[in-house]
Amino acid sequence: MARKTIKVDYLARVEGEGALKVVIRDGAVQSAELSIFEPPRFFEAFMRGRAFSEAPDITARICGICPVAYQMSSVHAMEAALGVTVDGPLRELRRLLYCGEWIESHTLHVYMLHAPDFLGYAGAIDMARDHGDVVRRGLDLKKAGNEIVNLLGGREIHPINVKVGGFYRTPTRRELAPLAERLKVARDIARDTVRFVSTFDFPDRERDYVCVALRHPDEYPFNEGHVVSNRGLDIPVADYDKHFEEVHVERSTALQSQHHGVGSYLVGPLSRYNLNFDRLTPLAQEAAREAGLGETCNNPYKSIIVRAIEVLYACDEALRIIDNYVEPDRPAVAIKPRAGVGHGATEAPRGLLYHRYRLEEDGTIAEARIVPPTSQNQPSIEEDLLTYVGGWLDLDDEALQHRCEQTVRNYDPCISCATHFLRLERIEETSE
Amino acid sequence: MSGSRIVVGIGNPDRGDDGVGRLVARRLAGAMPADVEVVEHDGEAASLLDLIGGVHAAYLIDACVSGAPSGTVRRIDVRTEELPGVQFGLSTHGFGLAEAMALGNALGQLPERCIIFAIEAGTVETGATLSPAVADAVETVAAAVREEVMQDA
Repeated sequence: MARKTIKVDYLARVEGEGALKVVIRDGAVQSAELSIFEPPRFFEAFMRGRAFSEAPDITARICGICPVAYQMSSVHAMEAALGVTVDGPLRELRRLLYCGEWIESHTLHVYMLHAPDFLGYAGAIDMARDHGDVVRRGLDLKKAGNEIVNLLGGREIHPINVKVGGFYRTPTRRELAPLAERLKVARDIARDTVRFVSTFDFPDRERDYVCVALRHPDEYPFNEGHVVSNRGLDIPVADYDKHFEEVHVERSTALQSQHHGVGSYLVGPLSRYNLNFDRLTPLAQEAAREAGLGETCNNPYKSIIVRAIEVLYACDEALRIIDNYVEPDRPAVAIKPRAGVGHGATEAPRGLLYHRYRLEEDGTIAEARIVPPTSQNQPSIEEDLLTYVGGWLDLDDEALQHRCEQTVRNYDPCISCATHFLRLERIEETSE
Repeated sequence: MSGSRIVVGIGNPDRGDDGVGRLVARRLAGAMPADVEVVEHDGEAASLLDLIGGVHAAYLIDACVSGAPSGTVRRIDVRTEELPGVQFGLSTHGFGLAEAMALGNALGQLPERCIIFAIEAGTVETGATLSPAVADAVETVAAAVREEVMQDA
């Protein structure tokens, strides 16, 4: 038995690491396992006994990249438990805030984490030395997202202005005006970004994914919609637990999600796109066609194009919201605590983020459950490795490892992290 | 905003000693010369780079892990020294302070003066409080930053 271990841990972080083990026997990939550490578990316990109103601020700290997603799923779940509906301009402002997060998060991934894979660099820093203009363009685009989150969220990182029922403070039309000017420029950059990434050389790999995403009657999904799949699932968010289950896998501190009767499934940009192409704006649809994408895309390496399209959509949608914005009479709907159970699901940049809370009569959190996108995608990541890596076994260790990392990075997984943490163990076995 | 200066306390206050940079920033808020802004930040590289983009001098305070005893304080002049092999903070996607410095350097976007104060972390468990040695370092580092800022004035 030949056994080889390759390690990439030049940034061995203390908060945990992703480890990847690929077992190759007789020249074929026999198993691929991804082990990850996932923080939300701690937060579920951390929240018990806290007031319902604290959930958005506490959960926002689960992730520095997608705090808005955690806030949004938590406020929607709380509002469902408390029997409150938030609509009109407040609902629009929540969509605008989500636009900001998608722009920030997707742009970071497209330019800083994923593009180097396609352009042959170890990371954004190496890429910046040769392609400073590209990196600057990415930073500039991301900044437009930061500015939205800054203005609406109160601050850029871990926004503090979101509350159950609405906002602490809402912006004036006058405050939003300069943002619109900035977003018009960002929309042009986003359009160029779609063109730029569509010229990359993509591995020819596809699978028939079970795609799961929210779907809304009129909108490309952020905050609201049924949970649907391309296999006919169409359920209200409150029925999520009847169809999906998290199972513990020994090698990982993270739980993995399973879709009953289906198995692994895919959440995130490809799923949203495949299930909601008709809900994109004409500009985003046009950019997709120009980039050579059809109405569906099952090549995960092309997720970088779909992310760029979603950034373009987010710029377009943000401009629409600002243009139509009417200042609300009050920043939030009044809330009266009561006992109840509430479910919320929104579309984090990486995919469906589900929250469920049970509240006591005084509004204290009795139970919290959070299912992040990465735990839903983890089985799918492993299946991708199992299916795709076999065609690359003739590569040397370094090149093979790069392909494996790139395959994981397609998902922009919210582990610490897709850039540096992978440790690849290549075990070559021959049966005697 | 050429000529302005900024003090940035970096970290996650919910992760034990990782929040120490922000505590130092809080200690310094309101006690700095008028041209010095004091802010807290989570350390994400792109927005950090943007934050320090236009300033003349940046003083960055973050937790780090290098294997030294907890509470050990290290001063790094980014413009003249190589970043040592330490691990800064816990920014979620591994794209944090060290990457911001390297990227800023590659793009020629670092402030003229750029100083990091790194405090060796003990515990970074979710919800943990500061470990004693790190709590003791808060005052020391705040004083060191204040002194440096005054000298540079």
